[in-house]
Amino acid sequence: MRRRPIFLISVLCFGFAFFYIPILSMIVYSFNGSRLATVWGGFSTKWYVSLFSNRQVGAALLLSLKIALISATMATILGTMAGIALARFRRFKGRLFFSGMVTAPLIMPDVITGISSLMLFILMAEWIGWPATRGFTTITLAHITFSMVYVTTIVQSRLISAERDIEEAAMDLGSKPWQVLWDITLPVIFPAILSGWLLAFTISLDEVVITSFTTGPGNTTLPLLIWSKVKLGVTPDINALATIIVLVVGIGVVIAGWLMNRAEKQRDRDARLAYRANE
Amino acid sequence: MAAGRHSRLSEWFNRRGWSDIIISAPYIWLLLFFLLPFLIVIVIAMSVATRTPSAPPFGYGGDNPVLNFAGYARFFEDELYLRALVTSIINAFVAMILCLLIGYPMALGLTRMQSNWRNILLMLIILPFWTSFLLRVYAWMGMMGKSSWFNRLLTDIWNMVTPEGWAVSSIPMMHSNFAVVLVMVYTYLPFMILPLYANLERLDPTLDEAAMDLGTRPFGVFWDVTLPQSIPGIIAGGLLVFIPASGELVIPTLVGDAGSPMIGRVISDEFSSSRDWPMASSIAVALLLLMVVPTMIYSHFQTKAEHKPENRP
Repeated sequence: MRRRPIFLISVLCFGFAFFYIPILSMIVYSFNGSRLATVWGGFSTKWYVSLFSNRQVGAALLLSLKIALISATMATILGTMAGIALARFRRFKGRLFFSGMVTAPLIMPDVITGISSLMLFILMAEWIGWPATRGFTTITLAHITFSMVYVTTIVQSRLISAERDIEEAAMDLGSKPWQVLWDITLPVIFPAILSGWLLAFTISLDEVVITSFTTGPGNTTLPLLIWSKVKLGVTPDINALATIIVLVVGIGVVIAGWLMNRAEKQRDRDARLAYRANE
Repeated sequence: MAAGRHSRLSEWFNRRGWSDIIISAPYIWLLLFFLLPFLIVIVIAMSVATRTPSAPPFGYGGDNPVLNFAGYARFFEDELYLRALVTSIINAFVAMILCLLIGYPMALGLTRMQSNWRNILLMLIILPFWTSFLLRVYAWMGMMGKSSWFNRLLTDIWNMVTPEGWAVSSIPMMHSNFAVVLVMVYTYLPFMILPLYANLERLDPTLDEAAMDLGTRPFGVFWDVTLPQSIPGIIAGGLLVFIPASGELVIPTLVGDAGSPMIGRVISDEFSSSRDWPMASSIAVALLLLMVVPTMIYSHFQTKAEHKPENRP
């Protein structure tokens, strides 16, 4: 019989308390009736009411969602292409350089990505006149660039671990290589592409530093709005907004994880049934 | 004619065009929007700042119009920059060590859980990844403020355990390097736990049991058997905390001490407030050079870890 690891369990409890107490505290204080953010003044939902009547928040959310949708979709297309290139095409010119360029943005500090993108956009406007103003276009371009490499990482690792029997069988039966890619490889890695899109979408929705550098006047995304308010200190309406965001994202991620897990299990079951039928 | 051209096009596409498109689209994108900005930073670091309000505030001139190292020279002359660099390294390093001290037992504890519990707890560790980074920093701003329940609780405990002369009305946590490190540990702890867990989960439990059967005490088993095998996980987790923490901007801006800023904040201030592009670029290049070493160590251990399973029978 193994001894119960009391020390490990107590550190785990401490760790989870450390993870979740600040968030719970923020949620509790979002229902605070007092104007002072940290002094309890009775239960109230007035901050939620004032939040929903705030036009600025709605406009910022809409802009954020628009940028996240477009940039995640573009990032998924480009990132999947890069993942396929790195995992399936063994040799092409500049492959090593390409794989370096795919990993470098992952460790690049946001500040540097932010100022270098802004310098590029200012110089582009100067030299070729496009994009003429900074705002939606420049934010989206920057978001595509940093989120596509996350998609590449996910797709690439899925492709490397995927079984290649079916692809080889299709090749032997005379399919053209791009048909194999389109009809077999892409459906097989579809869950990875989907989770790549989801990741790109959430990091775009959450990004603040690079966005703050590449935005222009009048283009405030939701994180930028929160950033500008939070710099001034803790306020109850940000507590309310934060609570809504944390709950929506949290529930969304749990449901997405559950659905993906179920789909995976279903696929495993189907595969096993298919094998058994063949025997 | 049109049909002929069409068939030539489809022949090209079938033969190699499809793969050329797949390679070149992301390649060109990254060259244009990642490499080019990066090269611009390197070039501008060598230029001279100008004070024109509208045009990009840099130019070429002076004694060395092409290779101007004035920005780099100032980096070493002005104490502010080197101090910011050292502050960043110390903060990131302390955060990394604390993450290791908390994260290692947590990861080890996870491997000892039953699998249904383990999956729920792993989910709870990954969940903060998906929720807003900014809001997680903000949550601590609410906890650390002078009149918050958490600060009052800590103040009461402090006043109870220390002699009367040391009594304080509140604990000054906000706007200090302590706050920066605390929030860094909070936001980057999952980066430490997950690679460590992946590493510890693969270890063979029969080795532990064999050492136990031979009479080694639990701590001895940990020290002689588990710890040496988990060094790749420690290095991976440590660098995944250290690398982003050293270039952090959001945390030092919100909870940090403006008197001893971190390097990320200095870059941002030079760029936005002083509009000194060449100086900001020089510091950016210096920060990247600082990060090259840990990154090389990381990729070295990653490739070694990837090749390891092949050596096993």
